[in-house]
Amino acid sequence: MSTLTMNNLQKKYPNGFVAVPGLDLHIDDGEFLVLVGPSGCGKSTVLRMVAGLEDISGGDLLIDDTRVNDKGPQERDIAMVFQSYALYPNMTVEGNIAFAMKLRKTDKGQIKQKVAEVAELLELTQVLDRKPGQLSGGQRQRVAMGRAIVREPKLFLMDEPLSNLDAKLRVQTRAEIAKLQRRLGVTTMYVTHDQVEAMTMGDRVAVLRRGVLMQCAAPSTLYESPDNLFVAQFIGSPSMNVVRGVVRSAGEEGIVLEVAGQSLALTGAAAQRMAGLAKYGGQEIAVGIRPEALGGDGEGQITVAVDLVEMLGSEKLVHASIDAVAVRAIDTGVEIGTGTSSTMIASLDPRRDVRVGERLTLSVDTMRVHAFDLQTGAAIGRS
Amino acid sequence: MTTTADIPLIATPTAAKDETPVMTKVANYTNKGMGKYIVWAIAALWTVPTLGLLISSFRPEDDIKTTGWWTWFTEPGNVTIDNYTTVLQDKVAGRPFSEFFWNTLQIAIPGAIIPISVAALAAYALSWMHFKGRDTLSVFIVALMVVPLQMCLIPLLRYLFAASWFPNALSGTPSIWIAHSIFAMPLAIFLLKNFIGALPSEVIEAARVDGASHMSIFVKIVLPLSVPAIASLAIFQFLWVWNDLLVAKVFGGGAANQPMTYALVDMVGNKGNEWQLLTAGAFITMIVPLIVFLSLQRYFVRGLLAGSVKG
Amino acid sequence: MGDIFSSLGLVVVGIAAFAAVIGGLYWLASQLPEPWRERARTVVFLGPGLLLLLGLVLPALINFRLAFYDRNGDWYGFGNYRDIFTSSNNIEVLMNTLWWGILVTGASTVIGVVIARFADRMRGEPIAKAAIFLPTAISMVGAGIIWNFVYSPREYGLLNSMIGLLPGEQDIQFFLQDSKLLGIDNQWIPGLNSLLIMVVIIWIQAGFATVVISAALKGVPDDLVEAAKIDGATDRQAFFRVVLPYIKGTIITVVTTIVIAVLKIFDIIQTMGKGGSFGTSTMANEMYEQAFPQDNEGLGAAWAILLFLAVAPIIYVNARNQRAMRGAR
Repeated sequence: MSTLTMNNLQKKYPNGFVAVPGLDLHIDDGEFLVLVGPSGCGKSTVLRMVAGLEDISGGDLLIDDTRVNDKGPQERDIAMVFQSYALYPNMTVEGNIAFAMKLRKTDKGQIKQKVAEVAELLELTQVLDRKPGQLSGGQRQRVAMGRAIVREPKLFLMDEPLSNLDAKLRVQTRAEIAKLQRRLGVTTMYVTHDQVEAMTMGDRVAVLRRGVLMQCAAPSTLYESPDNLFVAQFIGSPSMNVVRGVVRSAGEEGIVLEVAGQSLALTGAAAQRMAGLAKYGGQEIAVGIRPEALGGDGEGQITVAVDLVEMLGSEKLVHASIDAVAVRAIDTGVEIGTGTSSTMIASLDPRRDVRVGERLTLSVDTMRVHAFDLQTGAAIGRS
Repeated sequence: MTTTADIPLIATPTAAKDETPVMTKVANYTNKGMGKYIVWAIAALWTVPTLGLLISSFRPEDDIKTTGWWTWFTEPGNVTIDNYTTVLQDKVAGRPFSEFFWNTLQIAIPGAIIPISVAALAAYALSWMHFKGRDTLSVFIVALMVVPLQMCLIPLLRYLFAASWFPNALSGTPSIWIAHSIFAMPLAIFLLKNFIGALPSEVIEAARVDGASHMSIFVKIVLPLSVPAIASLAIFQFLWVWNDLLVAKVFGGGAANQPMTYALVDMVGNKGNEWQLLTAGAFITMIVPLIVFLSLQRYFVRGLLAGSVKG
Repeated sequence: MGDIFSSLGLVVVGIAAFAAVIGGLYWLASQLPEPWRERARTVVFLGPGLLLLLGLVLPALINFRLAFYDRNGDWYGFGNYRDIFTSSNNIEVLMNTLWWGILVTGASTVIGVVIARFADRMRGEPIAKAAIFLPTAISMVGAGIIWNFVYSPREYGLLNSMIGLLPGEQDIQFFLQDSKLLGIDNQWIPGLNSLLIMVVIIWIQAGFATVVISAALKGVPDDLVEAAKIDGATDRQAFFRVVLPYIKGTIITVVTTIVIAVLKIFDIIQTMGKGGSFGTSTMANEMYEQAFPQDNEGLGAAWAILLFLAVAPIIYVNARNQRAMRGAR
C-alpha cells in the first residue's frame, strides 16, 4: 500500500504554454482522491504525469517517498483505467486482463487463478473468451477495471472512466467503483469533470482551475465552506447563487448585508462565522446563497419575482429575478455581470404553490450565507 | 478537358456508336439502370485484352499467326496445351523456364517481407517513440518518395552493390532484396506510419502502464492491429517485386538469379514472332499475381484506405 | 525439384537472418543502463529503415553532382540543362510528359469515380470491380504482350480488324508508329501512338483508382446523402455537391499516387514505343535512354533532377492534404 506526493509539480509545453504551474498534493495510503475541474483545467495532465505518460517539467513526484520523475510508466507499478477504456482489441477479455501478468512472466497457473477471481468479482466470467468488440459498454468498462485491479498495483489512476456510460449505468458503476476501492484499499487518484462523481466517490476532492489547486478537502467541507468563489460555484447543482451586495454594517451586534435593496441581517452564530466581514464595512462584496438555503426555514428574507418553475418531483426549482448584479467565477478571476438584475434559483418544497409572475418572499438560512471578496474571489470567513 | 481525349479510348470497340463524352453521361444518368450498363461495358472492355491473351495461349501456332483470337469463338475446336509444355521446357539463357519461376518466388517473398518489416519498425518509432526531430524526419522520408528509382540505379550499383567491400554473401538474390527494400522504403513507411500512428494512443499507453516494453507493444499490440495495412502493403509490394524487371536486371548479376520477366523479355527479343510461346509465358507469369490478388482482394482494399479515408 | 527447396531455403535463411539481427540488436540495447537503453532501442527500431533510406539519399546527391558533368566525365556546368531546354526535340518530350500526367491521371481517376459510383450496391459489383482491377496485377512486360494483340498490324491485331469491319476499303494501320493525331503533326499535342500507349497505363491504373475511391464512397455516411435528398437534391446533385467533396481527400491521394507513378513510367515506352522513337519519349524515358543506351550519365542525371522537381510540388500537396485530414479527425 502506498502514498503519492506531488511537490511543486510542473508542466510546461515547448510552445511556452504552462498547463500546471506548480502543484502540491498528497494522497494518503488507501485514500480515494478525486481531481475535479472544468475541461482544460489540467487535471488529465496531472494524472498522466503521475502515470509517466507525460514528461514532468519540474518539481517532484513521489510514490512511497521514492522519486519517480524519471521512471517509465512500466516501472512505476501503477494501473490505469482510461476514458476510452483502451482495451486491446486483438485480445480476448481474458487476454486483456492477463496481459500485464504475462509481461511479468507470472506463473501460468497463478495467472489463470487471478483472472478467474477478478472475473468473478466483476461478473465477467461468462465473457472471458470474447473480444472487446463483442461487449456492451458496461462490460468493457468492467474489463478495464479488471485489467487494473488484477495487477494489485501501488496506485490506481482513473481518467474519467464513467464518461462513456449512459446516465443510469453511470450512477450504478459509480457506487461499484467506490465500493471496490474501499474493499481493495488501493490508493486511488480519479479524474473527472463531473462534480457529482467527485462528491459521491472521493474521500477528498481536489478542485483544479488552470492547473492551480483551488481547494482540496472532504466533499462536505467543499460544499459547506468553499475557500473561494470558484469552488463555491463549481460544486453543487444547481450552482450557488452569487450576486453583488454591500456590507451595511458589521460589528459586535451582528452584520447587515444589503442585497438587491433588501437588508439581510446576520446575528449570533451566523454573524460569528462571517466575522471577517468587519473589514469590509461599507464595501461591496459578493454574497452567495445555495438554492437549498432559500425557501426552507431561515431568519432572513428576500423577495424575488418568479420567472419559471421547474417541478422535479423531489423538489421544485424556482427561477426568479432579483435586482442585483450576478457575480461569476471565470477562468481568470471574478466577473461582475452587467445590467441591474439577475436570475436566482431556489429549491423549494414540491408541495409549495408557486406561480410564474408572482412576487415571492423566500426565507434565507443565514447560517448558509457565503461572502466573497469581489476582487480576489476568496471566501470571507471568521477572520 | 481531360475527358474529351478519352472518348475514343473508352468507347473503342463495343460502344463506338455513342459519341457522347463519358463525363456528360455520368452527369445525365441519374438512373442507376443506365449506370449499370456503363459499369459492365467498361468491365468487359477491361477484360478483352487479357481474354485475348488467355485464348491465344491455348491456340496452336498456325492459328495464332494467321487469324485473330476472336475467330476462336466462331470456329472453336483447336485447343492445345502444347504452348505451355513447350514454354516450361524451353531454355532461356541455357536454363529451363521453370527455374525462373522459382527465382521469381525467391526474389518476391523476402522482397516483400523484409522492407515491410523494416518499415513497420520505423513507422512505430516515428509514431510512438519520443526523440528529437521526429516530425522533421517523417516529413523528410515522405519527401524521398519523389526520388525516381531510375536515378539511383547507377550510383547504387557503383558505390554499393558492385563496390569491393560489398560482402559476397549478399550478392545475387540478396542484392535484389536489398535494392527492392531501398526503393520500397519511403512509401511503405509513409503508409504504415499513417496507419500505426492513427491507432488509439490510449491503447498504446495502457500497454505501457501494464509494463510492456516497446518490442512487446510492437509485437503484441501494434502488429496484430495493423494486419489490414500490412497485408495490403505486402500484396502491393509482392506484386511490384514479382512484376519487376529493371531492379533484378541491374542488381541481380547473371541469368541464374533472374526472374521470369527477364526470361519473358529474352523470349520477346529472341523469339519475337513465336507468339504461341510468348502468350503462354506471359500467362504463366500472371498466374501467381492473379491468385494472390483475387484471394486477398479484401485486405488489399481495406489497407489501401488506411489513412486516406476519414472515419 | 531441387529448385523449390533451394529457393525456399534461401527465403527462410534470408528472413531468419534478418529477424535474428533485429532481435539480437534489441536484446543488446535492452542490456544498456538508462537513459541509453531507450535511445538504443529507438536506434534499433529506426536504424534499419534509415540505413535503407540512405540508399536513396546518397544516390540522389551523387546524381545531383553528376548532372554537372558531360558524357566524358568533364565539368559541364549547367550545360546539360541548357541542352535539354534548347533542343527542339525535347519540347516534345516535355509536352508528352505533361500529357501523360494529365490524360492518364485524369482518365484513370474519372473511370475510378464512374465505376465506384455506379457499381456501388449493384448486383455483381465484386465481379465488375475485380475485372477492372485485374490489370493492376500484371507486369509491364505482360501488358506489352497483351496489348500487342490489340495494336498489331498483323491479322491477329484486334483494333485493325475492328477498323476492317467499317464500310469501304480500310488500310492496315501501324498504330504504334503513327506520331500524328488525326493527321495533325504537332509537337504540342501527343501523337496517336503516345495516346495508345497511355491507354495501356490507364488500363493498369484505373483499377487502383476504382478500388480506393469505391472504398471511400462506402465510407460516406448514408444520412449525409439522405439529408441532401431531403433538402431537395437530386441523385446527381447529391453526388457532386455532397459525396464528392466528402471524399475529396481520397481523390487527391489517388491523383497524386497515379501522377507520381505515371511520371516515372519508362519501361512501357521502351517496349511499345521502341525506346521513345516515333515521338513517344517522356522525361523518365529520356533519363533511362540517356543514362543507359546512350551512355551519357550526366544528361540522364539532369533529366532525373528535372523529374524530381516536377514531382516535388505534387508530393507537397499530398503531404498537406494528409495533414489536413489528420487535423479533421
